[in-house]
Amino acid sequence: MRVKVLSRNPDDYVRETKLDLQRVPRNYDPVLHPFEVPREYTRAMNATKLERLFAKPFLSSLDGHRDGVNCMAKHPKSLSTVLSGACDGEVKIWNLAKRQCIRTIQAHEGFVRGMCARFCGTSFFTVGDDKTVKQWKMESPEYGEEEEPIHTILGKTVYTGIDHHWKEAVFATCGHQVDIWDEQRTSPMCSLTWGFDSISSVKFNPIETYLLGSCASDRNIVLYDMRKSTPLKKVILNMRTNTLCWNPMEAFIFTAANEDYNLYTFDMRYLESPVMVHMDHVSAVLDVDYSPTGKEFVSASFDKSVRIFPVDKGHSREVYHTKRMQHVITVKWTSDNKYILCGSDEMNIRLWKANASEKLGVLAPREKAAMNYNQKLKEKFQYHPKIRRIAQHRHLPKSIFGQIKEQRIMREARRRKELNRRKHSKPGSVPFVSERKKHIVAVVK
Amino acid sequence: MAEEWLGMEAAVSASEGEDEGQEDGERRHQQLLQAVSDLSGRKRRKLAERTEASVQVSEFNVSCKGTGEKLVLSELLQPIRPKSTLSSVKKELTRVKQKKAVELPLSKEEAKRVVREAAYVRTSKDVGKWQQVVLQNRRAEQLVFPLKQEIATVVPLEQVVSAWKARTPLEQEIFGLLHKTQQPVTDPLLTPEETASLQAMSLEEARQRRAELQKARVVQSYYEAKARREKKIKSKKYHRVLKKSKRRKALKEFELLHKSDPEAALARLEELEQLRMQERMSLKHQNKGKWARSKAIMAKYDLEARKAMQEQLAKNKELMQKVQVELPEDEPGDVPEEDLTSVTIPVGARGANPWMLGKPSGPVEEPEVQEGLGDIAVPDAAETEEEMSEEEALLQDFAQKRNVRQQRAGSPEGPGADETEAVSELPGDSPIHPICAEEEQASMRLKQPPQAQEDILLSEQLRRVQSMEDVDALASEEHVEEQEKPMAARSEKPMATRAKKQVQQQEEGRAGNGCAKKPPAKKKIISLQAVLAGKPQEVQCPSLPMVMEDEEGGSDQRGVITEAFAGDDVVADFRREKRKAEQATKPQPVNLVLPGWGEWGGTGLKPSTKKTKRFMLKPPPAPPRKDQHLPHVIMSEKRNIHAAAHQVSELPFPFERHQQFEQSIQTPLGPTWNTQRAFQKLTAPRVVTRAGHIIQPISAEDVPNTATEAGSGAKPALEIVPKRQEQPLRHPHRKAR
Repeated sequence: MRVKVLSRNPDDYVRETKLDLQRVPRNYDPVLHPFEVPREYTRAMNATKLERLFAKPFLSSLDGHRDGVNCMAKHPKSLSTVLSGACDGEVKIWNLAKRQCIRTIQAHEGFVRGMCARFCGTSFFTVGDDKTVKQWKMESPEYGEEEEPIHTILGKTVYTGIDHHWKEAVFATCGHQVDIWDEQRTSPMCSLTWGFDSISSVKFNPIETYLLGSCASDRNIVLYDMRKSTPLKKVILNMRTNTLCWNPMEAFIFTAANEDYNLYTFDMRYLESPVMVHMDHVSAVLDVDYSPTGKEFVSASFDKSVRIFPVDKGHSREVYHTKRMQHVITVKWTSDNKYILCGSDEMNIRLWKANASEKLGVLAPREKAAMNYNQKLKEKFQYHPKIRRIAQHRHLPKSIFGQIKEQRIMREARRRKELNRRKHSKPGSVPFVSERKKHIVAVVK
Repeated sequence: MAEEWLGMEAAVSASEGEDEGQEDGERRHQQLLQAVSDLSGRKRRKLAERTEASVQVSEFNVSCKGTGEKLVLSELLQPIRPKSTLSSVKKELTRVKQKKAVELPLSKEEAKRVVREAAYVRTSKDVGKWQQVVLQNRRAEQLVFPLKQEIATVVPLEQVVSAWKARTPLEQEIFGLLHKTQQPVTDPLLTPEETASLQAMSLEEARQRRAELQKARVVQSYYEAKARREKKIKSKKYHRVLKKSKRRKALKEFELLHKSDPEAALARLEELEQLRMQERMSLKHQNKGKWARSKAIMAKYDLEARKAMQEQLAKNKELMQKVQVELPEDEPGDVPEEDLTSVTIPVGARGANPWMLGKPSGPVEEPEVQEGLGDIAVPDAAETEEEMSEEEALLQDFAQKRNVRQQRAGSPEGPGADETEAVSELPGDSPIHPICAEEEQASMRLKQPPQAQEDILLSEQLRRVQSMEDVDALASEEHVEEQEKPMAARSEKPMATRAKKQVQQQEEGRAGNGCAKKPPAKKKIISLQAVLAGKPQEVQCPSLPMVMEDEEGGSDQRGVITEAFAGDDVVADFRREKRKAEQATKPQPVNLVLPGWGEWGGTGLKPSTKKTKRFMLKPPPAPPRKDQHLPHVIMSEKRNIHAAAHQVSELPFPFERHQQFEQSIQTPLGPTWNTQRAFQKLTAPRVVTRAGHIIQPISAEDVPNTATEAGSGAKPALEIVPKRQEQPLRHPHRKAR
């Protein structure tokens, strides 16, 4: 007779020390683990629910300004420093880690219209309603020193925006024209004009640094080349563009925030139609900033909300709002891709998480693995209706919700009217115009 | 200035040399003036000079001064050709004829537009060189930001401090103190004293010292290399010889030391002792370490490991040995006594503790016992000796008792009293004795059998019967034993000889029953054990072990299953189920009969058949079932609404066929279905960022290929695009990961 006995070698399952991980022998035979799709579906559903459960994006509010926050600038070298300018001419420098204001400067009389930091982070520039451009030291003045700008340039007209070159000691201002300045001189190196109108914003391309983009109040977006000191091309949209922002990872892509509630992402080589129209806001979009990874951007709107759009999607993936936040005038995405800052009318700067349900702080490796797995599951099952419903559900304030509904009705009516017109007119006389082309009036060479 | 003067003089002298003798002083003067004016750098307007014609032209002499050529006589002899003055005019005319009218210049607007267009084309081409990079990044499985992994550099403290100045009163005070005490402020590494001391060292000294150090280092490295080389030698013999020589050397040295300096030798001895103690204390050779355990595992298979293990054990033993403490001689009082006791105690306890017995006490009885054992193999182990001694002790006891009894028998007391006395006496004796004390004692007799039986039962379970013959034998033996038991109870014999007896009995039984087929080896073992145990050991199993064959069980699996499920008819069940399903899916007739309409209604009244016929709606027959021709299948065609709510109704955007989508859903991602590595790969995030790191915009340096090609100039940068298309790039950010 043979007796079969279970025999196990303790070396296979006993840990050497109690700090070791338990060895778990696994059998991956699919027969032993049935129902993989339903099980993963359940997991995905749970992950989605948990994501919504943990979505608490609002971190803190930085208050201290005595008027609406009109502009902000990131420090190029320090993540914890951010600068903000208010409508009363006050500039504040904030420490985000402590959530404190570390310095306050009365920089201008009237609005601080624009500000930017020098690429090395040693100084910053502000322009204001008092027709001046001022350069300030980033460090607070030493003991006994007075708080005053390093340089002050007095211009002839009001400057409405400023941006610094990404590599050289050159900056550009806009107002009635785009001026390019050497830091050492009090008169511009060159002035770029194409028609006369007030230009609201000018931005240097972060990759091909000689390129500039500007948007003016006569509804156009103009591109410039600094090397030739000439404008390149102009595209006229249906309505005025408030700001534009270049993609920091894709040299020829920029996004424009328009008054017609939409954002337009352009490829500068093909300006005839935008690459993508981003719709979701229900009021004028006032500011836009790209995430440093170039995959997403954040927009601030007059409808008291901040939205995050993927670059390649027409609709936003996230909307942030609070009861107290009024018209959001300026928005910035921090350079570590983690946070979003928005400055609004009611004098506060708000700090949000860029990923609403992200856990802050250090993650254990297992936590990280679980997080990645959940993320992939959500991605995999994103088209399933129940999961999509949960993932896309956002609470909106009544005003925005009502507006969205109203606009949906209006859009539907317009569509119906066009359909009817097409039906009752000669075939071909009412052409189909794609959504992308609809908003472009002309491209001027 | 001096050089200019020199130059001027040189010029003057040169001019002197040139036209020596020809020109007069005035000319010289002119030239001097010229030279001076040249020096000033600016061209001075030359004053018009008037010369007299007579110098060049004279009626007597033809001079060709002023013209470069020589005058040839033949030229003078030739006739003068008339030269037309109109040729130049003609040329002008033709030129005018050829020229077209100059176009009007472009308007300012248009000119600007042309410039813009050209610039736009060029810029968009420039920007287009990023196309490939952008596409790759968009398609990339994973991007790790920041693209350029910067290495954090620590700025030396001096640099930081040097830029800083004390401004507040407190800071100034502190710095004043520091300065006063000559503490380092800007260069905090060295105080003035230290720097001074550093300076004190001369160059020569430093060099010498450096050379020394160098030499020492070289020597050290040589030795290290040598030691490494020697260590690498695998030959055991070499190492053995080496060790031996070392030991010898050490001994020799020690001897020398002993001779020359006995005190030092003593100290060295002590030192050795100290070393040994330390070694002992260190718990190094306790066989508990990782190494020892691993060796213990390996020892089974590996000779080397076994050897190492043994060495280790020997070392351990050596260390664990108690050191003989040589007691000083001034206190001999107690110690010898202790020694005595320690020696004497075993002697006294010899009877009680069998382990203390060295040899059998009574050599006389030995032969008898051996006789009693009969044909048993001679026991050689110590155990048998001990048992024998026990038996001897018992025998001695018996003899004593017998003497006592005989003495008592001489006394006038009756046997009854004797018995009671004996009983009362018994507990006083050693515990083993009373069991086998006296055959005559009835109480004794009553006590004994249960114990004996117990022993028998216990020992019975120790042996395993291995063949059918054994089993048979067992059965017979049991039978014999049963017969024996009463006999044993009746026969009153001492315990000591019982074992021997049983063996004899067994032999008798065997002989009597005629079971002579039993193998003799078995017999031997059994009898040996019986003797060795010192207790009655019957090699009998109380129960018959089950005998089953493996092959039978394996082959009959199917049979077993059919047997187990003999009652239920699965096929019929299924058929019934299917019929039920078919019935359920058949469209049911709708009954619209309302009782009471047009006729009497109430309890117990049924609507008329005419009415039911009229109002029963027969639905159209259902389409044929899909499992019509599949006897073993039930196909449910009902759509589950609850499941439908969870299902995707239309093909989502990036997918082109529904198979693709289904495939993507059916591949599991989780660790339940994938190995750890695969799981990690499957769930790797698309974008990885590092906390607290600034992500800079992409630049040419981040993309290795463009960086090299764009670095050579602006023009080649435009030619990158076709090149890239030829050879697909590696992923640009793999490197950074």
